[in-house]
Amino acid sequence: MAVTILIPTPLRPYVGGRDALELEGGSVGELLEQLAGEHAGLKRHLFADDGRLRSFVNVYVNDRDIRQLAQRETPVKAGDTVSIIPSIAGGATAVGVGAQHAAPLLSHEEILRYSRHLILPDVGVEGQKKLKAARVLLVGAGGLGSPAALYLAAAGVGTLGIVDFDVVDKTNLQRQVLHGTSTVGMPKLESAKQRIHDLNPNVRVETFETRLTAENALDIMRDFDIVADGTDNFPTRYLVNDACVLLDKPNVYGSIFRFEGQASVFHARQGPCYRCLYSEPPPPGLVPSCAEGGVLGVLPGIIGSIQAMETIKLILGVGEPLIGRLVLFDALKLQFRELKLEKDPDCPVCGTHPTVTELIDYEAFCGIGAEPSYDGAEITAQDLRTEWDRSPDLLVIDVREPHEYEIAHIDGAVLIPLSELPTRLGELDGHREIVTHCHHGARSLKALEILKAAGFSKVRSLRGGIDAWAVNVDPGIPRY
Amino acid sequence: MTLVLDPRQLAAIRRHGEAAYPAEACGLIGGAVEGDRKVALQLVPLANQRTDSARNRYLIDPTSFRRAQERLDRDGLEVIGVYHSHPDHPPAPSAFDRDHAWPWLSYVIVGVGAGHAADLKSWVLADDRGVFDEESITIEERKAVWQ
Repeated sequence: MAVTILIPTPLRPYVGGRDALELEGGSVGELLEQLAGEHAGLKRHLFADDGRLRSFVNVYVNDRDIRQLAQRETPVKAGDTVSIIPSIAGGATAVGVGAQHAAPLLSHEEILRYSRHLILPDVGVEGQKKLKAARVLLVGAGGLGSPAALYLAAAGVGTLGIVDFDVVDKTNLQRQVLHGTSTVGMPKLESAKQRIHDLNPNVRVETFETRLTAENALDIMRDFDIVADGTDNFPTRYLVNDACVLLDKPNVYGSIFRFEGQASVFHARQGPCYRCLYSEPPPPGLVPSCAEGGVLGVLPGIIGSIQAMETIKLILGVGEPLIGRLVLFDALKLQFRELKLEKDPDCPVCGTHPTVTELIDYEAFCGIGAEPSYDGAEITAQDLRTEWDRSPDLLVIDVREPHEYEIAHIDGAVLIPLSELPTRLGELDGHREIVTHCHHGARSLKALEILKAAGFSKVRSLRGGIDAWAVNVDPGIPRY
Repeated sequence: MTLVLDPRQLAAIRRHGEAAYPAEACGLIGGAVEGDRKVALQLVPLANQRTDSARNRYLIDPTSFRRAQERLDRDGLEVIGVYHSHPDHPPAPSAFDRDHAWPWLSYVIVGVGAGHAADLKSWVLADDRGVFDEESITIEERKAVWQ
């Protein structure tokens, strides 16, 4: 049995008026060459002068576009049906009234700038124009957003939208290469805009200085073609996912933790969404953020670059997008692994009977309620200094990890990492006043709760952690 | 070959061009070949999928083409042509039209000046892809047309 090739009406005159042919061959490319070889008139309509399939000629194997398979290398077997499907394009010339809305032209400067793209067969002038016409939204201008913004701008993506409301902090610079020492203290959007314009003044930067919320997400995202998610928290990640599903936009996802990262492309029309993969967020506090857990600076560079690459592939329509696949990267082993992702028919957003049909309260969904009140349970760095001087009996417990203790510590504080605290309560004297401290004051509150629950009554937590101590009490301690 | 259109189809193409102005309207023409006549029997108006520059470009993607083709197939018809409008431009094919054209199909273009449909012409790509040749249009009223 051979492969059936369905011929569309405009090409039938070249194959004797027939609407289908039977051919033998192992791949789509072989079949097409055979077809063009046997029916000479067909060749110029299927292939451009450079031998590539014309852009408006679409080939499907059974029901799948070969662009989503292996292009001309897509294998075929007996019994398959290969369909040639036209896309039809055209329009008035670009001069005159419509000129301001014309498909973008490339200036001489752009042709020179993008020359290494233009000579790539899979990009070329047409691809570069697609990049120029594209509108990509980056949610977050941090670790992941930095390399993504730089590479997308360098590649000539015409419009980059950025959502962020943060200010550049010195601790960002170890990984957020979009910003620099000279822009510390500046809003990240302003810093990003400066750097992007220096890199490529052809890029239009649209800034949204706000937290992405259920109220503004649809309005901000609606005007973009692709959303790249570089958020560092679960509520925003679920928000971006749900909004992308509702707006039918591809969501180029990346996330990082310490030495590991993951990336995928969620596009509910063609594959699973983030909720198909993780239907529920982890309990709050289980997964530490970069600020708490640390991250190797190069890691977001790698994952953010994968996001930029996938975004460009989607714009160009080349290769196999990361749809339905999750790439896991382990920097210490330098290993990439790939998981197949299936669409969940019961997914609450993109399943067959969705229950989430509008944006919801994502903070509540992720179990992040109002912060419990710690009135009176916290002490400022200055007050601690004063009290400690007055009563040297006061016990200061450092609940950070030993490697953090090595970076900087408060003289006289006792190191008991938070994870060990429940088993080391016996070392503590319940009659002494206790002050717990950590890096910024979050873990020490958890320690405080553990101690209170164990019956220790005279416990307080150092507000702002060792960082506040370094700023307000002892400038001899380095901040980190 | 000549393209045979019913006056009502002619009016429908003009109306579509005016309604979409200042964007380009587009659609497929289903019909049948009778000798050297391509007889239009059903119009399939489609949404212009070029949202980035709809004033001077149109696109019918393979998915919509396929869907339209399947629908026509059920009625025993085939795609014999394409129509689109040129807002504020004469109904002559552009170089872009030619670069993206399929052979044999009739390309009907209606010029829409300042929102009002004007001239309408049909074109067929030459076999060597070098030029578009104008194709004659025969207007014939039929008793029944698919709308």
